[in-house]
Amino acid sequence: MDDFKDISRKKLLWTLFHSTFTLSAFTFGGGYVIVPLMRKMFVDRYHWIEEQEMLDLIAIAQAAPGPMAVNTSILVGYKIAGIPGALITLLGTVLPPLIILTAFSYIYEAIKDNVIIKTLFYGMNIGVAVVILDAVSTLALTLLKQKKVWPILVMIAAFIATYMMEVDIVIIIVCCAVLGVSLTLIADALAKRKATGTGTSGERRHPQ
Amino acid sequence: MIYLQLMWSFIQIGLFSFGGGYAALPLIQKQVVEIHNWLTLQEFADVVTISQMTPGPIAINAASFVGTKVAGLGGSLIATFGNVLPSLCIVLFLAWIYFRFRTLRAMQGALTGLRPAVVALIASAGLSILFVALFGSETLPGTIAQLKPYPILMAVAGFIIMRLVKPNPILMILGLGALTVVLSLVGIPV
Repeated sequence: MDDFKDISRKKLLWTLFHSTFTLSAFTFGGGYVIVPLMRKMFVDRYHWIEEQEMLDLIAIAQAAPGPMAVNTSILVGYKIAGIPGALITLLGTVLPPLIILTAFSYIYEAIKDNVIIKTLFYGMNIGVAVVILDAVSTLALTLLKQKKVWPILVMIAAFIATYMMEVDIVIIIVCCAVLGVSLTLIADALAKRKATGTGTSGERRHPQ
Repeated sequence: MIYLQLMWSFIQIGLFSFGGGYAALPLIQKQVVEIHNWLTLQEFADVVTISQMTPGPIAINAASFVGTKVAGLGGSLIATFGNVLPSLCIVLFLAWIYFRFRTLRAMQGALTGLRPAVVALIASAGLSILFVALFGSETLPGTIAQLKPYPILMAVAGFIIMRLVKPNPILMILGLGALTVVLSLVGIPV
């Protein structure tokens, strides 16, 4: 954090707060939209984070549970100004939706029985279902195109478990995480043994 | 007591939603609709709809909305805080590991197992939102007579347009909302 001594700490934290607040307040479309914008702001505009490091931070944000926009902003704040920075960027990211949805919750109670509003929401709910199923189809097609057997089996098994057998979601998630870790570490161990056998050792970042 | 319940529910949602985007959806549905009955499935669908049209992650939006509904402003703050608490701890822990060892192998491995499962879980939540929008219940209706032709037509056409034309999702949602209002105003049964 020595690079930032030229601007006062107070000003640094304020810049962190208002840039994450603005991004969060005016960015629609979730993590996959806001995260590239954060990269643009903190890598290209302020030069506070190196390109490669930002990519690694995004990978960590994806690996951790919780919304990607929240995770990425925590990491950016932490990298630039330590724990106080992380708390400031978290606050900046969370405040806009917190304010909007709290206000909406009060309004919703007053308008939810209005016939026109009801009809409007009825139609919009169909739209949301369509948008979600479209996103799911894209994700599922990506998996199918990889033509690896076990992810497809996991997907089918998880669907049967949750939709038809009503197995607890947390149980499904924990089982699949354990399965993924085991398979990856076994594959790593096998690859390492193979690599030491032929004398080449390459670091592979992505699991097979 | 209600504060503790809200916080604990949203801590669980934050802790187990891997994969970004809609991954929190099935967990929110389970905690908020099925376990605690804080929202009906209809209200849950409405919150998801609003989430799609306002900035911010679905889980934060749901936490603020449900918290306010159940326990006012304090509830909103508590639920939202609970929702981000696991992220904060885990992300900082992973960052510490990363800056120390420069590897996240086990975590990446967990994700390879989680990704396909998360697709299935989101599909399941998406289907319940679709069915509650179309039929007012989480499952397919028992008889053909209960099927309403226009909404089904709108869903099918909307899905095809999303796949082929890929419009902005907000336009699709607002478009179907406006279309439904217009249809009902001219007396077509929707």
